[in-house]
Amino acid sequence: MKTWLNAWPVFRQLTDGDPFGRGDAVRSAKTDSLVARTASADRVAKSICPYCAVGCGQRVYVKDEQVVQIEGDPDSPISRGRLCPKGAASRNLVTSPTRQTTVLYRRPHGTDWEPLELDTAMDMIADRVIATRRETWQDEVDGMTVNRTMGIASLGGATLDNEENYLMKKIYTAMGAVQVENQARI
Amino acid sequence: MFQQDLANSDCIVIEGSNMAEAHPVGFQWVMEAKARGATVIHVDPRFTRTSALADVHAPIRAGTDIAFLGGLINHVLRNGKEFRDYVVNYTNAAAILREDFADTEDLDGVFSGYDPEKGVYDESSWQYEGTQVTAAAGQRQSPQPGASGAPGTNREEGGRGAGDEETHEVSRSEEAGSGGITVGGKPKRDETLEHPRCVFQVLKRHYARYTPEMVHEVCGLEPAVFTRIAEALTANSGRERTSAFVYSVGWTHHTVGVQYIRTASVLQMLLGNMGRPGGGILALRGHASIQGSTDIPTLYNLLPGYIPMPHASEHRDLDDFIGEAAGSVGYWGNMKKYAVSLLKAWWGDAATPENDFAFGHLPRLTGNHSTYQTIAQQIQGKVPGYFLAGENPVVGHANGKLARLGLANVEWLVVRDLQLIESATFWQNGPELETGELRTEDIGTEVFFMPAATHVEKDGSFTNTQRLLQWHHQAVEPPDDARSDLWFYFHLGRLIREKLAGSTDPRDRPLLDLTWDYPTHGPLREPSADAVLREISGTGPDGTAVSGYTELADDGSTACGCWIYSGVYADEVNQAARRKPHREQTWVAPEWGWAWPMNRRTLYNRASADPAGKPWSERKAYVYWDEDAGRWTGPDVPDFQATKRPDYVPPDDAQAEDGIGGADPFIMQNDGKAWLFVPSGLADGPMPSHYEPAESPVPNPLYSRQANPAREELRGAWNRPNPAQSEVFPYVVTTYRLTEHHTAGGMSRNLPYLTELQPEFFCEVSPQLAAERGLEHLGWATIVSARNAIEARVLVTERMRPLRVAGREVHQVGLPYHWGSNGLTTGDSANEVLGVVMDPNVHIQESKVATCDVQPGRRPRGPALVEYVEAYRQRAGSGSGRLPHNGRAPIEEKS
Repeated sequence: MKTWLNAWPVFRQLTDGDPFGRGDAVRSAKTDSLVARTASADRVAKSICPYCAVGCGQRVYVKDEQVVQIEGDPDSPISRGRLCPKGAASRNLVTSPTRQTTVLYRRPHGTDWEPLELDTAMDMIADRVIATRRETWQDEVDGMTVNRTMGIASLGGATLDNEENYLMKKIYTAMGAVQVENQARI
Repeated sequence: MFQQDLANSDCIVIEGSNMAEAHPVGFQWVMEAKARGATVIHVDPRFTRTSALADVHAPIRAGTDIAFLGGLINHVLRNGKEFRDYVVNYTNAAAILREDFADTEDLDGVFSGYDPEKGVYDESSWQYEGTQVTAAAGQRQSPQPGASGAPGTNREEGGRGAGDEETHEVSRSEEAGSGGITVGGKPKRDETLEHPRCVFQVLKRHYARYTPEMVHEVCGLEPAVFTRIAEALTANSGRERTSAFVYSVGWTHHTVGVQYIRTASVLQMLLGNMGRPGGGILALRGHASIQGSTDIPTLYNLLPGYIPMPHASEHRDLDDFIGEAAGSVGYWGNMKKYAVSLLKAWWGDAATPENDFAFGHLPRLTGNHSTYQTIAQQIQGKVPGYFLAGENPVVGHANGKLARLGLANVEWLVVRDLQLIESATFWQNGPELETGELRTEDIGTEVFFMPAATHVEKDGSFTNTQRLLQWHHQAVEPPDDARSDLWFYFHLGRLIREKLAGSTDPRDRPLLDLTWDYPTHGPLREPSADAVLREISGTGPDGTAVSGYTELADDGSTACGCWIYSGVYADEVNQAARRKPHREQTWVAPEWGWAWPMNRRTLYNRASADPAGKPWSERKAYVYWDEDAGRWTGPDVPDFQATKRPDYVPPDDAQAEDGIGGADPFIMQNDGKAWLFVPSGLADGPMPSHYEPAESPVPNPLYSRQANPAREELRGAWNRPNPAQSEVFPYVVTTYRLTEHHTAGGMSRNLPYLTELQPEFFCEVSPQLAAERGLEHLGWATIVSARNAIEARVLVTERMRPLRVAGREVHQVGLPYHWGSNGLTTGDSANEVLGVVMDPNVHIQESKVATCDVQPGRRPRGPALVEYVEAYRQRAGSGSGRLPHNGRAPIEEKS
């Protein structure tokens, strides 16, 4: 009887001086056997939070090639280990149930998405860039040399890496596209 | 300044920012300062968690910050509270202006040089006596704006229309690149600051009417609260103490956004708070690398490192482009080295001295090609191709309908994102399908959704809000077809180049000559982000990584993708990936990541010492001259030539950095001074003046000129204005962020935890407004403008306070802007009610303040919604918003 009662957390909570159930009262064989995902991970990658521009340090815990946890990096001089609700939820960003991970295609005037191979999509986009560039190319405007296309525009970059922005600006400029913009304008 | 340095502040004013909620982890440094005894002040229309933790909350009417800050400037000048030694030596306070300069005080709200026909300024009368001023980065040949094809104008009230022409005048900030300009010759100075035409006296007169009573009338702020703030700020500035300002997009989203920040700059210069520990102005930016995407710009008007994009009418060749910057004083005097090294990084062996280093491969601007202008052109069917890369304009841009109409009129659209954001599905479930304004079958847009990789699925660097580059390492491979943007753009470029191989068309040379041979690795053939960073940092004549931009040359022997980032790969080491724990280094933490330029953490930090090079005080010592060592020293990298003596006087013929004196800290300006008055480079005036927002319920008490006379407008049936002082739209509306959501929602409304924490769109209203309009807490409200009507749950709260302004009660409505139709939590987008009217310097929209009506209950649905909003437009006299087929209404010129 005593053993049975002692196994009941509420009893221990009331009798062991732990009325709010924050100490030994809530321990069990099961909880004693649990190991934090941070402890059982195969490896840890050092990262930076992808949300605002504070730049908090993150540690990304990986097990079986899956992200199992993301925590604040206590080494960071800026964040000192802290994350806000978004940063703390960022594993959800990777594992979101609604994340779209395959290419989708909507044909002109189409009423639904269709699947498309990645390589095919890349090839089609390259063709469209080349064709639109040809069709909309301007050598001159009002007698002034411009060497450009006003037919191709781009938006986005502030959520991306520096290296990605660099390749974007470089290839767009070589294409002759000048209407390249990102969230910094907003 | 950098975030940790806030801990050294004696007074922190947070204004135009809700730091505790929007940048919560950075806010720990404000709390650290408070624990050390600092006074924390929050100036904001809403009472937020930032206000709750501040010593003083000052509620002001949205859109009145220049009046408030101008009041503080007047307090400083009227009471002799300026830091005199700093002001005389480190600013242009002593410079004497031309006799023909006229102030807004003289001309009732405009400066001299205003052209009411075109709505633009000629700045020649703003110059110093006896000097000529031109843009430092990039020469301009015409003496003033107005190259060709002036756009539409608003003759009644000023304001520039964004016309349909492909060419128009160059904005001065577009030309200036970095914003720095060149002063030809030395201005006359009066170091007693008594000359009636010296900048100091001109400034004093300009702000003389910005009294506490005027601040009360404009902002609705009690004079006692204003005085308390003014006294806290001045008591905590000077030799022994420093104060900091913190702002976010609450300052930038205005038709006078640049002038907001200028006002704070003027104040901080007068108080001697720039370049010093615990002092300065900290901009809190809202995306992980929005600073990086400005430095390495996916922006139309810039090349990497704030070199301007060349303009067709003015930059025919490289010499034109470098122009007067060549040989001028200040770091922009080296512009040719930076520009040639960039051209070498991009076009390699094809860039030679004989062909101007392939300068002709760069496309040319002919005017404003910013995002809203592009959207207006899309609606006209003139922009067939569009890429969206991690941006969701139909939720994130002001006037979401405008963005959707643009998307509905392009031929092909590539969306790169993690989720099916609203901008990818506008043809499937956009609000205009329900109203009947668009039909899926009529929309000809071909859409490619290309799934993106998350930050843990790729290597790369982010540049945070304090110019700090921090590397993130790949943890796992991206799933299925998901790829990094590095992969997408590299392989897209590779495919295009392969398809064009062998072309003899000279138009294809820029693509075929491009250096585009990055090493790839792994099964996905991911390009090496490390190799890209190394190209950005630059290489010398022997092909090894340079240590910094001082090694760059203008003869084609060096290559560098972004001169301000030069040195991030010094010693062949990825300096951005450094992670020495903060406990193992000084509080400045110079071995964590890498800050541009040259790993300097506080810009212009030579100003932390007096002209002789000694710290202004022991308490505020930072960078100072060590006479024995013969160099500048301190916990930070000096933002100055390390061995230039404080008593160095440049010879008359000195160029570039050698022309900057040893007591001149502001090394990017060619006079080495901070500018209280801006003789060139701004489109809307040399000193900030209070103008009412384009949409305001009250008249401007300071001038008869109601709104910024140089503001930019975009006119069409898809963007109707709410007239100023309209009784149809009697309330002020402002937008903001929540802690639990991120921008347009693509990275938060699909995360289960975050949607649980903030499950629904709402509006914040005061109990008084709720009573006036019959709104019930937790009930529904409809918010209406001339653009659209949206519905939101009602949150009645005393955090919103009506303000007495101009003899009437002004109510403000708060709207978080994160929602849209897709995701785990859905709702109307706040941006639907906002219009597009812009700052003339940077083309940013006024989305922090507009007017609206509020009614109880849900909005009409289907075609009835169009009729409902149209009725408002008719009553207000806004013009019809009815749209022709596929929304293709023309861009209108105002008659």
